[in-house]
Amino acid sequence: MTAFDEMRGMNGQVRPGYRQLADWLAGVPRALLEERRREAEFLFRRIGITFAVYGDAESTERLIPFDIVPRIIAHEEWTQLSKGLEQRVRALNLYIQDVYSKREAMRAGIVPEELIFQNPVFRPEMNGQRVPHDIWVHIAGIDVVRVDPETFYVLEDNARTPSGVSYMLENREIMIRLFPELFATHRVAPVENYPDELLATLKSVAPLTSAAEPTAVLLTPGLFNSAYYEHSFLADKLGIELVEGRDLFIENNIVFMRTTEGPQRVDVIYRRVDDDFLDPLAFRPDSALGVPGLLGAYRAGNVTLANAVGTGVADDKAVYSYMPDIIRFFLGEEPILKNVPTWRCREPESLAYVLEHLEELVVKETHGSGGYGMLIGPKACKEEIETFRAKLKHDPTTFIAQPTLALSTAPCLVEEGIAPRHVDLRPYVLQGKTGVRIVPGGLTRVALQAGSLVVNSSQGGGTKDTWVLGA
Amino acid sequence: MLSRTADNLYWLARYIERAEFVARTIEVAQRMASLPTSYGGSSNEWESALATTGCADSFHKHYRDATERTVTEFLAFSPENSSSIVNCLETARANARAVRTALTVEMWEAINDVWLELKKLNRRKLDRDDVNRFLNKVKEASLLFDGSASRTMLRRDSYWFERLGHYIERADNTARILDVKYHLLLPDQSHVGGALDYYQWTSVLRAVSAVTSFHWVYRESVKPWLVADFLILNEQMPRSLASCYENITRYLDMLAQGYGRQGPAQRHARAMRARLQNARMEAIFGTGLHEFITGFLADNHRLGSEVTEQYLV
Repeated sequence: MTAFDEMRGMNGQVRPGYRQLADWLAGVPRALLEERRREAEFLFRRIGITFAVYGDAESTERLIPFDIVPRIIAHEEWTQLSKGLEQRVRALNLYIQDVYSKREAMRAGIVPEELIFQNPVFRPEMNGQRVPHDIWVHIAGIDVVRVDPETFYVLEDNARTPSGVSYMLENREIMIRLFPELFATHRVAPVENYPDELLATLKSVAPLTSAAEPTAVLLTPGLFNSAYYEHSFLADKLGIELVEGRDLFIENNIVFMRTTEGPQRVDVIYRRVDDDFLDPLAFRPDSALGVPGLLGAYRAGNVTLANAVGTGVADDKAVYSYMPDIIRFFLGEEPILKNVPTWRCREPESLAYVLEHLEELVVKETHGSGGYGMLIGPKACKEEIETFRAKLKHDPTTFIAQPTLALSTAPCLVEEGIAPRHVDLRPYVLQGKTGVRIVPGGLTRVALQAGSLVVNSSQGGGTKDTWVLGA
Repeated sequence: MLSRTADNLYWLARYIERAEFVARTIEVAQRMASLPTSYGGSSNEWESALATTGCADSFHKHYRDATERTVTEFLAFSPENSSSIVNCLETARANARAVRTALTVEMWEAINDVWLELKKLNRRKLDRDDVNRFLNKVKEASLLFDGSASRTMLRRDSYWFERLGHYIERADNTARILDVKYHLLLPDQSHVGGALDYYQWTSVLRAVSAVTSFHWVYRESVKPWLVADFLILNEQMPRSLASCYENITRYLDMLAQGYGRQGPAQRHARAMRARLQNARMEAIFGTGLHEFITGFLADNHRLGSEVTEQYLV
């Protein structure tokens, strides 16, 4: 399977946006690249940008490998992509609102009933509940991949607590320090305004009962969470308090934080804690991360949670396959971004097909994430395939299957020099009272192993800076 | 600001200050223990280092004899000792990570760098040179952290809490040295000029890096009551109890002004400062140096509790 290379296209011809970079790469001494790579690593370690890998007791702090060759997206490509992203996120929001209110999509037969009611992340507590300004998905991370010059496929919607945006911002800072000469010859659209856009989004959705200048906070599970660095980084850039559950308390259905000057009211919570752990009184009673009574305050309309409770019903991999129809149903538009063709193993005919073609398909758990619990047929050995066959037969409803996509490649600095590696892209889409905002760029993840298609950082993937070129 | 953030900053400053203090204590003990006995050197120095850092009891749960090797290991590297340098640095860095947003980059790097240094140490194969190099790094890190804080932090509550932790810990440390060595500082005329104690008094000064400054201030040879005066009442001496309380009251006042409210901590600190300002060494010796210091340690501890009560929970 030959992949589309974003620099050299299908036929080896350098594509327009990459012309200067290709020239530069051809002329730059290898030693200089190596030096800059080492410098980048030093900077990352010094700043302390690390992430934790679960189940890895040895080192709770690791660096995500960073590739210093930028990935370029031409202006027109981005314009098209961002329209598609906006459409997708608006549809996700309307769908979630519908799930917790009239359920028109279900009644019209667009999505099957069990997709809602048998979904473990469906929150009956939210039935009939309005959320401030009817916005459920404030921050979405939409994972997209390319297979040819024209087509972006959505691989996955993340409508709960998508992470990684700190890498988008830090990667850019580091690139500006390392390669000022490249920024001088490329018109790279800035991403540094993301925190401002995010703060504006959060403040725009404050509850109606809040003060003129609402107080927003970022709720983290704490130091031992794998994304803790990002939480503290964002809180810092936003200029809001980074709180843990124990910093907050509820009185008369109003949320307060404990400060050195006494209790202070909180209006908007950008929460990076999963639904299950938000409120031990409403959800998991063993959660020490949450705030007792938070759901009560939320339902009373005294605090905004971003994202809303229960958004998981829209982003698992089973709902994914219905997204094109959901877009048509709620927006009356044709989807701009394509969906990867998906076999829903819940459907007997699809299951039969999948079982017959396991060697060529990617099989994913509908609730899995981080690249865990999936089978990549063409890369798997006989044993793995048989294990998955058994799993599929045992409980087909929790799986979907997709063809193995030839993800596009971008040039990377690896052992043997500059070589193509598979990449994906996670742009971050913000949705507030005044509409959708998207900072031009996103997090490019790269599978640094030659031939590998797994870009997840927990599985050896790296990141690189993403340059959307200006007009 | 969040109470938890203030609490973290306050303790972060305390742990950094404590790490430096423990490092100095080890250095002084090394120096004293290596003097010939006729100059006051004795193996007791290691016991006294344990007493100064307040770890004698927990030490004897893990070791029998206080020797250079065991005490250095316990004070510098032992995970069992909550005030060991390693634990101080680990806690300081954990606190720093938890409040990254309240620190400046320079402060974070001062802590993170010494922590990375610590991770590189091979503790099995440390000789005295390695230990001393490490102790130096710790002292440098403390200076760097302190300097970074004062040069880069915004002058607002976060800074004031950091300073408070720093001075409350420092007052505690100075008082502990005095508490262990107080018998050497009593104005017993018969001892004066004896070579034996001269080195001990000097060692007290050395522990607080004040040998040279002592001479500048008093223009006299080292005499025990002057050492006591220097460390307790002299506001010029940045580690003296009087100077610590000058700073403590200043930063508590700034907090009170910033928040528009005085509280028990402010009143208590003001009273302590007034007592130090009005005290004279003769009177302190008259009523008992030991009693004075024990009383001070208790009062200082109480101030810590009041600060916690008023702001940090």
